[in-house]
Amino acid sequence: MVKVTIDNISIEVEDGTMILEAARKIGGKIVPPAMCYYSKLKKTGGKCRTCLVKVAESSSRDPRPMPKLVASCSTPVQDGMVVQNITSKEVLDARKAIVEFLLINHPLDCPVCDQAGECDLQDLSFLHGVMATRYEEGRREYPAIDIGSYIKLHMNRCIHCYRCVFVADQLTDQRVHGMFYRSDSMEISTYIQNVVDNDFSGNVIDACPVGALTDRTFRFKSRVWFLKPIDAHRECNKCCGKVTAWMFGNEIYRITGRKDQWGEVEEFICNECRFERKEIKDWFIEGPRKIKRQSVISANKYEKLLKPNQK
Amino acid sequence: MGRKILTGLVTVPGIRSFPVYRGEGGYMSVEKALCEMTPIDIIKEVTKSGLRGRGGAGFPTGLKWSFLDRKPDKPHYLVCNADESEPGTFKDRFLMENMPHLLIEGLIISSFALGANTCYIYVRGEFKYIIGLLNKAIREAYENKFLGENILGTGYSLDIFVHPGAGAYICGEETALLESLKGKRGNPRIKPPFPAYKGLYDCPTVVNNVETIATVGPIIIMGGEEYASIGKGKSTGTKLISACGNINNPGVYEIELGLPVEDFIYSQEYCGGIRDGKRLKAVVAGGSSVPVLPADLILSTPQGQKRLITFESMQEGGFDSGTMLGSGGFIVYNEDQCMVRNTWNFTRFYRHESCGQCSPCREGTGWMEKVLYRIEHGKGKVSDIDLLVSVANKIEGNTICPLGDAAAWPVASAIRHFRHEFEYHIEHPEICNRMDHGKLIEQPAASIKYR
Repeated sequence: MVKVTIDNISIEVEDGTMILEAARKIGGKIVPPAMCYYSKLKKTGGKCRTCLVKVAESSSRDPRPMPKLVASCSTPVQDGMVVQNITSKEVLDARKAIVEFLLINHPLDCPVCDQAGECDLQDLSFLHGVMATRYEEGRREYPAIDIGSYIKLHMNRCIHCYRCVFVADQLTDQRVHGMFYRSDSMEISTYIQNVVDNDFSGNVIDACPVGALTDRTFRFKSRVWFLKPIDAHRECNKCCGKVTAWMFGNEIYRITGRKDQWGEVEEFICNECRFERKEIKDWFIEGPRKIKRQSVISANKYEKLLKPNQK
Repeated sequence: MGRKILTGLVTVPGIRSFPVYRGEGGYMSVEKALCEMTPIDIIKEVTKSGLRGRGGAGFPTGLKWSFLDRKPDKPHYLVCNADESEPGTFKDRFLMENMPHLLIEGLIISSFALGANTCYIYVRGEFKYIIGLLNKAIREAYENKFLGENILGTGYSLDIFVHPGAGAYICGEETALLESLKGKRGNPRIKPPFPAYKGLYDCPTVVNNVETIATVGPIIIMGGEEYASIGKGKSTGTKLISACGNINNPGVYEIELGLPVEDFIYSQEYCGGIRDGKRLKAVVAGGSSVPVLPADLILSTPQGQKRLITFESMQEGGFDSGTMLGSGGFIVYNEDQCMVRNTWNFTRFYRHESCGQCSPCREGTGWMEKVLYRIEHGKGKVSDIDLLVSVANKIEGNTICPLGDAAAWPVASAIRHFRHEFEYHIEHPEICNRMDHGKLIEQPAASIKYR
């Protein structure tokens, strides 16, 4: 066990834990935002740079600060490490800059984007962004393409986090999509019009922090904040079968994995559960899912409800 | 006349072939190192020589070698970084083209010192003919028992493989190079773990520049102390400088470190002065990624002393008025050159070569290129200059690998030293249509001193 201090709050974590994970154990406002890191997948992180923090003291043995800001998702803690996140102006400035960089080529078509309301980039830019843009040049544009019968790819919105690549690498037996080209013309695509088609491909939709990969069976049906997230499960021989069903009245509009407070799914689910079981009789309903983080979804739904014996 | 440690034999006809090279005393250092010295001795000798990495960062080679994780359970690798693609730098090409056996000699000694039995030369894909030359030289070395099993009867075996890259600048970054060597996409990965612990195939690996490795042979022959006596201060030995631009004699020169920049540019032995009797305006001293300096600051330090070609003297003045020796690619500009066009050209390169995995570099280089394109083509606004400075500052230091810094420094330094040229472009958009508009820019007398 090593002791690490993040924004003046000390915590003991296991050796080899990343700074971001240690901060998540503390929780609250000091947790750096993460767009590319996904704790359920291996080797993710380090790419988006939104989780940059300042290491004021490297360890108790070597108390020198680290020369540059480091990506907290991929820097392991050391004993006696002192980390500054929201207490350092340098970090907040850098984060603001990163949000600006992520947004310059993002289309900002939130009003017509299916991800709006549960979009990590939306939350991030709301918290750290600037209100106006200094970017006057043309934005990157790509046609939206179908990759497989269930998934739509909007390359315009992609922030190149690589999460979907890692999902395909680590959950499925064959990856047919990946990153093509380089620099700002880099794009996610499938190899020669290949189709992403396997039992777990739908998880790329959950992993995508923006609206680049969306569910074709749900596109333009509704906005997420009109739907009620309900925990449900079924017997499934491929996956755990534990999902969140997004309902409107008695109708299931879509199925997703159960996302925790960091926007990461608790367990990955298979395509059959996700896309093919949309009848209410297929599922055992457990009860409403409380969504803290994406406030717009849970707004006015559950917070004000009282328990029956509370009156 | 400085000593020529690396290029002394270049003029010998047929030096590329094994018999001629051996006749001139080649491979003596291999005999000395493998038969008379232990790996620890070799590393001590290299540490004593004060040799610093010639690829750009100037990290002490002996120290780098001593970091190698020497646990015997995994194989060790030596990788020679021949992915030289920095605009303005062409020293490694010259060395591999003319002295391929010098490189192989250095590789054998270095691999022996590091306990590596496999060695890779990662050659830039565009150097097609050099791949052939190197393979021929390696074949000759195999035939003469300097490579393969049981070299010189010492029981030490070494195989060298030449691996052509696919022409990406980013693969010159060591972790990207290792990824590319493994057959993956050439994306730099986050350090730590450093390659000395987890490099090629997750085994301890040392990555060195061509020139660094080629210098190891001569160091063994002459001894570390004698090598350290050349040069000045912590910058010891000789360095290849590739000079290009508006000078009379462009080419690759071997200099003793500590030579004043003024002597290098103006003496007949080296660059031979500025072409056509023009005046010197600016110099990029270490390949495109280092800050550009105007004439008065490159020839003398802010303290008024002569600026020398050493790692320390180049950095004098910090980022405000200093630069870096980098890989030693001197690009010299005369008074007719437009610094805006030059900066735009560099940024275009970095935009194209950014690997695209981390956001500041991917988006920032593209943004800077678009703004600079507008300014250069007469569509700029006054606010664009501050925007460029701000974007460059925000890229710097926030990226995974140094390419982001390399893209930001030329822009930031060009605006710092030549801001009036950017302003002139914005105020006089009509001049921007002409290719030679560098001549037309009026230079305020106080802001720039020609030499």
